[in-house]
Amino acid sequence: MDKFTTLTGIAAPMPLVNIDTDMIIPKQFLKTIKRTGLGVNLFDEMRYTQDGQEIPDFVLNQPAYRKAQILVAGDNFGCGSSREHAPWALLDFGIRCVISTSFADIFFNNCFKNGILPVVLPEAAVQHLMDDARKGENARITVDLESQTVTASDGTTFSFEVDPFKKHCLLNGLDDIGLTLEKASAIDSFEAKNATLRPWA
Amino acid sequence: MSAPRTLYDKIWDDHVVHTSDDGTCLLYIDRHLVHEVTSPQAFEGLRMTGRKVRAPEKTIAVPDHNVPTTAGRDKKIDNEESRIQVEALDRNAKEFGINYYPVSDIRQGIVHIIGPEQGWTLPGMTIVCGDSHTATHGAFGALAHGIGTSEVEHVLATQTLIQKKSKNMKVEITGSLRPGVTAKDITLSVIGATGTAGGTGYVIEYCGQAIRELSMEGRMTVCNMAIEGGARAGLIAPDEKTFDYVKGRPHAPKGAKWEAALAYWKTLFTDEGAHFDKVVTIRGEDIAPVVTWGTSPEDVLPITAEVPDPASFTGGKVGAAQRSLDYMGLTPGMKLTDIKIDAVFIGSCTNGRIEDLRAAAAILKGKKLAPGVRGMVVPGSGLVRLQAEEEGLAQIFTDAGFEWRLAGCSMCLGMNPDQLAPGERCAATSNRNFEGRMGRGGRTHLMSPVMAAAAAITGHLTDVREIMDAAQHA
Ligand code: SF4
Repeated sequence: MDKFTTLTGIAAPMPLVNIDTDMIIPKQFLKTIKRTGLGVNLFDEMRYTQDGQEIPDFVLNQPAYRKAQILVAGDNFGCGSSREHAPWALLDFGIRCVISTSFADIFFNNCFKNGILPVVLPEAAVQHLMDDARKGENARITVDLESQTVTASDGTTFSFEVDPFKKHCLLNGLDDIGLTLEKASAIDSFEAKNATLRPWA
Repeated sequence: MSAPRTLYDKIWDDHVVHTSDDGTCLLYIDRHLVHEVTSPQAFEGLRMTGRKVRAPEKTIAVPDHNVPTTAGRDKKIDNEESRIQVEALDRNAKEFGINYYPVSDIRQGIVHIIGPEQGWTLPGMTIVCGDSHTATHGAFGALAHGIGTSEVEHVLATQTLIQKKSKNMKVEITGSLRPGVTAKDITLSVIGATGTAGGTGYVIEYCGQAIRELSMEGRMTVCNMAIEGGARAGLIAPDEKTFDYVKGRPHAPKGAKWEAALAYWKTLFTDEGAHFDKVVTIRGEDIAPVVTWGTSPEDVLPITAEVPDPASFTGGKVGAAQRSLDYMGLTPGMKLTDIKIDAVFIGSCTNGRIEDLRAAAAILKGKKLAPGVRGMVVPGSGLVRLQAEEEGLAQIFTDAGFEWRLAGCSMCLGMNPDQLAPGERCAATSNRNFEGRMGRGGRTHLMSPVMAAAAAITGHLTDVREIMDAAQHA
């Protein structure tokens, strides 16, 4: 997993609430057995017509946002299924940070496993950044994980909360499984205890 | 004496392997369910790092999401990508030595239906699956939730999950349901009341008389859609109904182990005075048969209502409602019962069990699909299908003009050939009405099996109570 430390980039505005995982990556693209290559199909049904032509109005098709690295979105981003294809598609497109007032639980977790930082901010802050993002490529937003801040192009800075363990893993690009395997003896003793307490399990 | 605990607290406490200073826990996982869509990258990860599946005997795999539901699928799956995914699962199950139900096995079916059916799902367990509807298993008083593929790999390798504890939420449904009102109406009404983000950060415990009165299958329907309310998991405390359901299933404990298990399971309830961070109470009598009108499961209304005006909402929901109505091709103020349908889908992990099929068949008996409407029934498992055939339900469906399919997820997410055409409108017993969910441009109205059956007969959304009344007076 790639580290996430600081990022300064173009933010694309998506002021829609409840952007679900079916919108982020429709199911016809879940048939892959790889993690990469999904970027071209990110937001597929909003981005392309039925015959594969780009829909010019869609934000990521506009020249200013084709290289966006940040999304600023409406409430409850990522609701719906557990498909990790959603963060894989975002990442493959080049998005490393999503900012919203709230995220669906599983999607939120999945982001951290893939080097994407989901940032939760109050409504007024998201609105400020949304307006900033609407200015296109002139407005570069800076996200700093170490100091837990987002800075708009006018210099306004917002602080956000992040779970310390998740922050640590993301800053260092750590692999969860490796960390857990260091606790193998605790798992062994749990299993031994369980064999007497709940032998049917 | 220790402080009173909720059911969630108890299950959690009994599965903590390790707690870090910041409160992050390593939670032991009793059952890991696996399907073909969210697992290939996880197995690939194991291979690349030379890791093994830690507890293959606790890992159960089945292909369900993109298998066709037509005959001959055990010989050949035409769609190449689907075939590759199913073959990858075949290979991974074999290579890593996990329990497996291939398409050729009569026990194959939707992962959340076969877990309980085979007795893998037991009270007090922790259960995960790379699928958000894992919440279904909470009906047994098991802590069950969906995980992403990275977490699937983590569980495969370590049989644990890194978790922070969620908050406790209680949803109480008091009193009894009225005739024509089902578990699906409960769960949709709860989402209507709390919103799709209302449960975010919580584990919900459903309780109250109306929940107690539900069968195990009805309880599964309720917990299944906890995720649509944003909750990580839904739980219902086990009782005699639960124990009766579990007893004798292939993987349920037997003999002395059964007795020991039963004694433990009887301790699985929320203690008097335990703390809930949020409480929602709904009167069972107030719940009507409901349908969704929009493209979010929170867009729920009683069937007697009208399509809402987007202006009646606030904030970002105004634009979302307008977008929904445009997508759904509806105008504010029209009666929900005036909405004409093109298709009916009965199935999914929400409503693809035998009682669902019985309920729909009871409405459809001796009736026909309305002209121009196509109907499909997809049993949740091969065993449900077999039982429905033995009980004569399959005959009722085919006589009515429905297609009678093999088990799988099917139209619920339209990854296999079963899809809606653009603009086609469907009365569906599944759980998501998202844009494009059942096929690009397809329009989904969620409802209970009896409501879907009623719509099938009339060709438009219909209050099933009218059909029930008519049958009574006939
Ligand atoms: S039936 Fe639908 S919701 Fe259930 S597991 Fe399959 S695709 Fe997911």
